[in-house]
Amino acid sequence: MSTVMFVMSLLLACAMIASAYVALRGQSLSMAVLAAGAVSLFASVMFVLLAAPDVAMTEAAIGSGLTTFLFFFVMGRVKGGKDD
Amino acid sequence: MIKKFVALLLLAGLGLMFVGLLLGFTPDQVLNTTASYYADHSVEDTGAANIVTAIIVTYRGLDTLGEVTVLFLTATIVSLILTQPRPSGTPVIGLTEKKALASGELLQTGTRLLVPLVLLFGVYVFVNGHLTPGGGFQGGAILASALLLMLLSDPTKRFNHRFISRVESISGLLYVVIGVLGLVLAGGFLDNRILPLGAFGTLFSAGAIPVIYTLIGLKVGAEFSSMMVTLSESRDR
Repeated sequence: MSTVMFVMSLLLACAMIASAYVALRGQSLSMAVLAAGAVSLFASVMFVLLAAPDVAMTEAAIGSGLTTFLFFFVMGRVKGGKDD
Repeated sequence: MIKKFVALLLLAGLGLMFVGLLLGFTPDQVLNTTASYYADHSVEDTGAANIVTAIIVTYRGLDTLGEVTVLFLTATIVSLILTQPRPSGTPVIGLTEKKALASGELLQTGTRLLVPLVLLFGVYVFVNGHLTPGGGFQGGAILASALLLMLLSDPTKRFNHRFISRVESISGLLYVVIGVLGLVLAGGFLDNRILPLGAFGTLFSAGAIPVIYTLIGLKVGAEFSSMMVTLSESRDR
């Protein structure tokens, strides 16, 4: 693995950990959902670096795209409870 | 306090375990038996340029059928739970109760421009699944994301449920029929050699793989679409 690739994957890993931390500890729920989507997005770039383009496409389309919006649709439906 | 200490202890133990695993890890120098069989024989067996597709659709075709079934069950349960009839007495209120702000000209024009392109790209991804990375699941998700874009730009838009479920069930049925045809005409269930393998690397090659992946793409796209459409339309309850 060349140095550029190594630095890039290191940065990606740091970004993934940071967004995962935001998703867990963030103040608002929508922020957490967006951060979880960002984890998937960084993960899909990581999959490209690891030479798995098929997995990367699935992760980008389903993990960061559709799942995020499914969360938002569900949040729109459960709104009104005290604990959401 | 004790709880935190136990959690920390657990984390430290897990970390120690993973560090041990990482230090003891050496990548294999040669492929193992199954992997080397796939690498050596997938071209002559299936004629697909993308080995991942060859494995997913033919060697592990039954697993793919299982995955599609899981997705189908999920979509079915979502629409079953969310379309329960309203209890009598509650008024039927639509989205109009909130008088949602109409989306702007930019968003509407952008959507009209982008939706056909996104749909086309989804179809491209699953039709070329045997040549390039991607395939039925990815293409289907891209199709559904075009629908999602339409839904986001106009939340009051209504889609034809009957059409979506027709596409879903017909492609699922054809998928199983092709699998059984493989059992009758070729080597086994979901064997792709019921159609000629064709010239390696061209669009019409790899036997039934493009047909199967097109069906999977339509099925997955319809399932995701029905899930999102049900979730967004049943907000009124």
